[in-house]
Amino acid sequence: MRPIPALALTFSLVALPALAQDARQIERMIEGRHGLMTLMAYELGKLGGMAKEETPYDAEVAGDAASNLSALASVLSPELFPKGSAVGEAEDSEALPAIWEKPDDFAQKISDMEEAAAKMQAAAGTDLASLQGAMRDLGAGCGSCHETYRQKD
Amino acid sequence: MRRSLSAGLAVVLIAGAAGLWLTRPVKSDPELFAGLTGEATRGERIFWAGGCASCHAAPDATGEARLVLSGGERLTTDFGTFVVPNISPDPDHGIGGWSVADLDSALRHGTSPEGSHYYPSFPYTSYAHAEAQDVADLKAFLDTLPPSDRADEPHDLAFPFNQRVILGGWKLLAGGPSWIVEGDLTPEEERGRYLVEGLGHCGECHTPRNGLGLRDESRWLAGGPNPEGRGTIPNITPAKLDWSAGDIAEYLSSGFTPEYDSAGGQMADVVRNTGQLPDEDRRAIAAYLKRVPAVE
Repeated sequence: MRPIPALALTFSLVALPALAQDARQIERMIEGRHGLMTLMAYELGKLGGMAKEETPYDAEVAGDAASNLSALASVLSPELFPKGSAVGEAEDSEALPAIWEKPDDFAQKISDMEEAAAKMQAAAGTDLASLQGAMRDLGAGCGSCHETYRQKD
Repeated sequence: MRRSLSAGLAVVLIAGAAGLWLTRPVKSDPELFAGLTGEATRGERIFWAGGCASCHAAPDATGEARLVLSGGERLTTDFGTFVVPNISPDPDHGIGGWSVADLDSALRHGTSPEGSHYYPSFPYTSYAHAEAQDVADLKAFLDTLPPSDRADEPHDLAFPFNQRVILGGWKLLAGGPSWIVEGDLTPEEERGRYLVEGLGHCGECHTPRNGLGLRDESRWLAGGPNPEGRGTIPNITPAKLDWSAGDIAEYLSSGFTPEYDSAGGQMADVVRNTGQLPDEDRRAIAAYLKRVPAVE
């Protein structure tokens, strides 16, 4: 009788696929949140060009970009930040451990940002001054989360 | 023998007295403010330009709570931990009892109303550029803010840094206020210089320091190690910062970079202040940054 190796084998048979699945899931979550950020930056680029008065203000283009942005923002959620996906734990992650230490504050900051994106949706099609004002609030929403929860370059 | 000893002692005493006199805390002349009336609305602009709330608001305060300047934030540096004081208008625990000249002594000379040196974690080497009218306006605005009764705590510094008398020597080495970027500047660039080199105190972090904590002005705004914690502070001279003036102004307004990433770390907090400034001030800062000598 060699109970220990048998037991170990049993554990590894059960645990290995689960671990591999977790790792793959974490990797996908990180890819997902990065993709989301890239898409949001793309829509923000249209709004920002107008805010900076580099491109002429176009209410329709601005309104569409803000709708897309708001839809994307509503997908961002704490579920995209599973345990084990912090910087140092997973490749390409910049998520700081504070996310899991202060989950309520983290969730609050995400919902603040979603609110700012919804306000942008209302402002973008109105006029340039409203868009510029909403841009500041939205930027503050992004920044307040990045300040505390993202690893600085 | 005895005569030479007493002569030596006299020399030491005189040198010591001269040293103390040279490094004595300097206070502002109240006469400076005799004809000036502070105006709170203008003072609010000075408040945001100076970034007062970044250190003096309670730790983690957000929104309107950032206007309660109760202090309490702990700044961890190589010299020890500084505990930010209460500068709310509370007459006992804050600075409600100060005159405009007291505030000016603090901002421009780093001297307390009691006549002792402040530590340069309070960026008076930059604030030294502040104009008298702006100080008067700032005082008027600070007086409108909510009082806080939080009691100040002492800094936690190791010897010899806990001896305030040495700060007189540091101030002497740091020198008086003189503009870094000189020459033919447009009025907009001059305004930007006042905001960057003066009130905004950008050089306090973006310019590297030597072992004595003195700024290396040959590397003005060229970045370096973060004086407060990990990471590095970026070079914002034209050698590295290749953003357009519009990009810089937008960054200071919303925190968005030209790639629509957003400001993080301490800069997110700075944008909370610069975002409150009028557009013309952000454009002035951008115009000035374009005139700063490029340092690799």
